[in-house]
Amino acid sequence: MKMLLRAGRIIDPSEKLDIVGNILIEDGKIKGYPSDTKTIEKDKRVKIIDASGKIVSPGFIDLHVHMREPGFEHKETIRTVCEAGAAGGFTSLVCMPNTNPVNDNATVTEYILLKARKEGIVNVFPIGAITKGEAGESLAHIGEMYEAGCVGISDDGFPVMNSRVMRHAMEYVMAFDIPVISHAEDLNLSGGGVMNEGHVSNRLGLRGIPNASEEIMVARDIILAGLTGARLHIAHVSAAGSVQLIRDAKARGIKVTAEATPHHFMLTDEAIFDYDTNAKVNPPIRTKADVDAIREGLRDCTIDVIATDHAPHTEDEKKVEFDLAPFGISGLETALSLSLKLVKEDVLSLPEVIKKLTINPAQIVKIGRGTLKVGSIADVVIFHPETVFTVDRMKFRSKGKNSPFHGWRLSGRVEYTIVGGRIVYAS
Amino acid sequence: MVFHRKHILGLEELTAEEIVVILDTAASMKEVSERDVKKVPALKGLTVVNLFFEPSTRTRSSFEIAEKRLSADVLNFTPDQSSVVKGETLLDTARNLEAMGAGIIVIRHSMSGAPWLLARELKSSIINAGDGSHEHPSQALLDLFTIKEIRGDIGGLRVVIVGDIRHSRVARSDIWGFLKLGAEVRVVGPPTLIPREIEDMDVKVYYKLDEALKDADVVIMLRIQKERQESMFFPSLREYSKLHGLSHEKLRQANDKVIVMHPGPINRGVELSSEVADDVNSVILDQVSNGIAVRMAMLYLVASGGRKV
Amino acid sequence: MDSETIAQTVSRITDEIISTNRDSGELVVVGIRTRGIYLAQRLAEQLKNITGIKPPLGTLDISLYRDDLQIKREWPELKKTDIPFTIDRKTVILVDDVIFTGRTSRAAIEAIMDFGRPSSIQLAVLVDRGHRELPIQADYIGKKIDTNKNEKVRVLLNETDGKDEVLINQE
Repeated sequence: MKMLLRAGRIIDPSEKLDIVGNILIEDGKIKGYPSDTKTIEKDKRVKIIDASGKIVSPGFIDLHVHMREPGFEHKETIRTVCEAGAAGGFTSLVCMPNTNPVNDNATVTEYILLKARKEGIVNVFPIGAITKGEAGESLAHIGEMYEAGCVGISDDGFPVMNSRVMRHAMEYVMAFDIPVISHAEDLNLSGGGVMNEGHVSNRLGLRGIPNASEEIMVARDIILAGLTGARLHIAHVSAAGSVQLIRDAKARGIKVTAEATPHHFMLTDEAIFDYDTNAKVNPPIRTKADVDAIREGLRDCTIDVIATDHAPHTEDEKKVEFDLAPFGISGLETALSLSLKLVKEDVLSLPEVIKKLTINPAQIVKIGRGTLKVGSIADVVIFHPETVFTVDRMKFRSKGKNSPFHGWRLSGRVEYTIVGGRIVYAS
Repeated sequence: MVFHRKHILGLEELTAEEIVVILDTAASMKEVSERDVKKVPALKGLTVVNLFFEPSTRTRSSFEIAEKRLSADVLNFTPDQSSVVKGETLLDTARNLEAMGAGIIVIRHSMSGAPWLLARELKSSIINAGDGSHEHPSQALLDLFTIKEIRGDIGGLRVVIVGDIRHSRVARSDIWGFLKLGAEVRVVGPPTLIPREIEDMDVKVYYKLDEALKDADVVIMLRIQKERQESMFFPSLREYSKLHGLSHEKLRQANDKVIVMHPGPINRGVELSSEVADDVNSVILDQVSNGIAVRMAMLYLVASGGRKV
Repeated sequence: MDSETIAQTVSRITDEIISTNRDSGELVVVGIRTRGIYLAQRLAEQLKNITGIKPPLGTLDISLYRDDLQIKREWPELKKTDIPFTIDRKTVILVDDVIFTGRTSRAAIEAIMDFGRPSSIQLAVLVDRGHRELPIQADYIGKKIDTNKNEKVRVLLNETDGKDEVLINQE
């Protein structure tokens, strides 16, 4: 199968490439960058995609997705989350283990991979749990899961409160060279909280989660990473203090990376002013000072990755009293356009945004993607950065319509998503 | 007329003019309550549902009497006896009531924001009778009405709110109401029970009761809940009452004509000494009849405000 | 009607009230809504001038008794009702400026009945402009004026408008 992507602006940060050119895909791999396409175009077997005026980049990789399968299929399935990912320009999704049953052993890992092979139109890479049942007490079958295909470990959804357990986990994974992804939250400080602790939570009479809850655990995990030499990745950074801690740790040579979600670099807690549960998320969206710090962290590369923490829930589950609504935002289908807003607002350049969605996440979980180097697997996204649209959450391909961005006018639309040389999404 | 709202969910979003309209209307309603035949046909044919998820005899009875004095048809719905126990959501319960023709739903709920959910999803008018730690508009309005009756003008008065500010919906509504009508508001209590951000609301924060009480005109004592002690907000009720309980001696700091109020029910010996409790009780009787008048006003205005939509 | 006519009318009505109620119990006077109140005050003054006794004077806001609240787009602002005396076994003279459809008077009668059990209620109006929609008539009429239903009759009084006058305007 041959495919020619013609005359697009090719941005591949892994090769520091930013040129207008052509890409030839053959047998699912990047075959070359032909400058003269006339002969190729005469070959009737070649599918030609006109990318002129559009951006061609490696397919996006989302380091933080909740697929909900097995166990919560009413919220999302592997099939629907992959469709949502493809529509958002993602060719690889890394999924968290807080399913039911929890992905804490090889059997569940294999189930997920099998389902993904059968029904998922994009690549799926599972994260295994750190502890059995994510209960924070004893180590999960990390070795088995690694061999079954897990690319990292995390108890996401929960922190590992016991520092000794977290230390052992970090030491244990040194044998497998996979990252430990930390959901940094001190449950004693955050307990019962439903939004950021601050001016807005006080006015609304809602219990708050202070910045300290995250910052304390970020500090602890950084210190443990220093002690053990493990590769630490901080998930969904939300607090200004966390950004500073990560910055200092990197300067001291600690092996730590970090991610931020679009809702954390775009919204403040004012978005909850009328108890909109679509903005209820953990960690919570915080104040302007925190948003500014996260943007600064993206700019100076303290934060390496943009990830969505895609967390779908049903409408019924969200249409309840604020205290009772589950945490989560369905983010796969707004990620690109919100990230492009950073370019519009002069926080990052376009290649920098693409870097945080492609080669950076790829290197953290070592999946060998996120690049358009000749010979690599052809995972490509073609998008138009200027197409304007209004977000309609009811039209999401994800089962989760829970988005606080409904009605926003954004620009940036995915035109084609290609996985292994096959088109899995066309607008 | 200045009042165009379909709902009364809190005092935060009301303007000073709107609050004054409610108080003025309450004055007319109070006159109705002083007649022999305490009934007017204004809400005849309107169904009002009292949807109380938290037990509350006083507030509910007060609303019920107010509704009946306006000739409305009243339905009391306390979900502990019903389908909510079987897992019915708040919205489904409320939609059923709306389908039965409820024109106004008066809701009290243990979670902040519940009335907003109903206002967003239903066609009925919603009156907030207390939501979680957020607001309790009818209590604050009756506090304002009572003070206005006694002192004439709220502007310039020094109002002190004592106790668990953090968890108190009465405190928040009182703060909004008194500030908008021009009073100076002070809060005092143990630091663990006063959120830092309360200063952004333009109130003065005190941790010592006698400093806060200096020259006070109005003292509003909040109820302290035993659960707060169990959650480590303060060491014991004994220490709480020693530092923040009100006695005649501590009241000497305040203005001669100081009015002491308590939204009830009182924990004698904790928030108030027995003697102060007896003084407070005399104001409470006024507050009961004012409460009915204020609630009649809220019902009348919301029934009319909803029509313009 | 000009201010002199209005004054003569008030005087005449007072005489009629006195002669009709020679044998009845005590009189009380209640003015309806805004302008009825000032007319009631004048009547009460005039009654004092003639009989030497000033009857108890009350004001009545009928907003809560209107029969059109369920269809009205905008509800009236409530004004004070003040009847600080008992009306049991009294003769209540209700006073209004204009009687038109009769609905205001019906509402006033219902309101008065909620205050007690008067021995009788009598209605005094400055202007009767016809077009009744209910079987209600005034006992004392200042002047009967033929109007079209769509005409507006306005009574101006010194106390509120600076002068005494009755005007009829085309809508």
